Amino acid sequence: MTVAGVMRQYQVVGRKAATDDHPNPEAYRMIIFAPNAVIAKSKFWYYLHQFRKMKKTTGEILDCVELTEKNSRTVKNYGIWLRYSSRSGTHNMYREFRDVKLTGAVSQLYDEMAGRHRCRPRSIQIIRTATVGAKDLKRNNGMQFAKAGVKFPLPHRVSSAKRGQRALSDSTYSTVRPTTFFG
Amino acid sequence: MPFTRYAEVGRIVLVNYGPESGKIATIVDIVDQNKCLIDGPESGVARQVIPFSRIALTDLTVKIQRNARAKTLKAAWAEAETATKWEATSWAKKLSMKKKRAALSDFDRFKVMVAKKQKSAIIAKKMEELSA
Repeated sequence: MTVAGVMRQYQVVGRKAATDDHPNPEAYRMIIFAPNAVIAKSKFWYYLHQFRKMKKTTGEILDCVELTEKNSRTVKNYGIWLRYSSRSGTHNMYREFRDVKLTGAVSQLYDEMAGRHRCRPRSIQIIRTATVGAKDLKRNNGMQFAKAGVKFPLPHRVSSAKRGQRALSDSTYSTVRPTTFFG
Repeated sequence: MPFTRYAEVGRIVLVNYGPESGKIATIVDIVDQNKCLIDGPESGVARQVIPFSRIALTDLTVKIQRNARAKTLKAAWAEAETATKWEATSWAKKLSMKKKRAALSDFDRFKVMVAKKQKSAIIAKKMEELSA
């Protein structure tokens, strides 16, 4: 069961255990998004025994490496194709996210699926991910920020009192209402 | 009142919260409604994604392309004289004054008290002259 949180990307390679008749079985490689390597390997077997006749007890994992983002200094548009099960059935979906890393986009995906569809991480299978150019975006939300010359004001700025900072003013009581307009 | 400060590529922002608080940086790209990518090679702010709730927009901008490299940013800052312009704003002056006041030693505070007393003595004498 994948738990949500900050996702990492792993490349897991595994194969059926070598036997005398098949000393060199075919190796399979999967890209898995998981919070840690243990869950990544577990997910690898979860998928692989659906595709091929092999499982953890009859197979071996040859390699599990974490893949890091090549360039985390630019914002990219990620398209993610996924399959998820809802309360009434299982569906395919395509979602887009803007983020600096692919793993950031995948973490956003899990959070958004939980928020919008009450979908738990165990019900989500990521089919495919891709970096999408700005002109090939299909969803409005990302499109409006990928556009050139995007600009917007920050209206009604409420200073957060949640972080142990003093609330909107220096003293507990005030005779004037706080200002939320900062230009 | 219309909005004049926009979150846009090239806007100079002041970081309000976090390890880089008090430093200025430039918005290099906008991620989405709540986050942007900032970079401040001249002011020592690492290139990072930061939510808008942690920054304050200033009136200053620089002309850069989206995702400008640190080198281009530095050149743009030098051309626009951002550092000097920022220091000249009353906002920056108030911030530095606050910092100075917080760093005063007890002797410094004594000196301030004496200076204030001298100033009010001069004013009181002048007021007496004027009202007489």
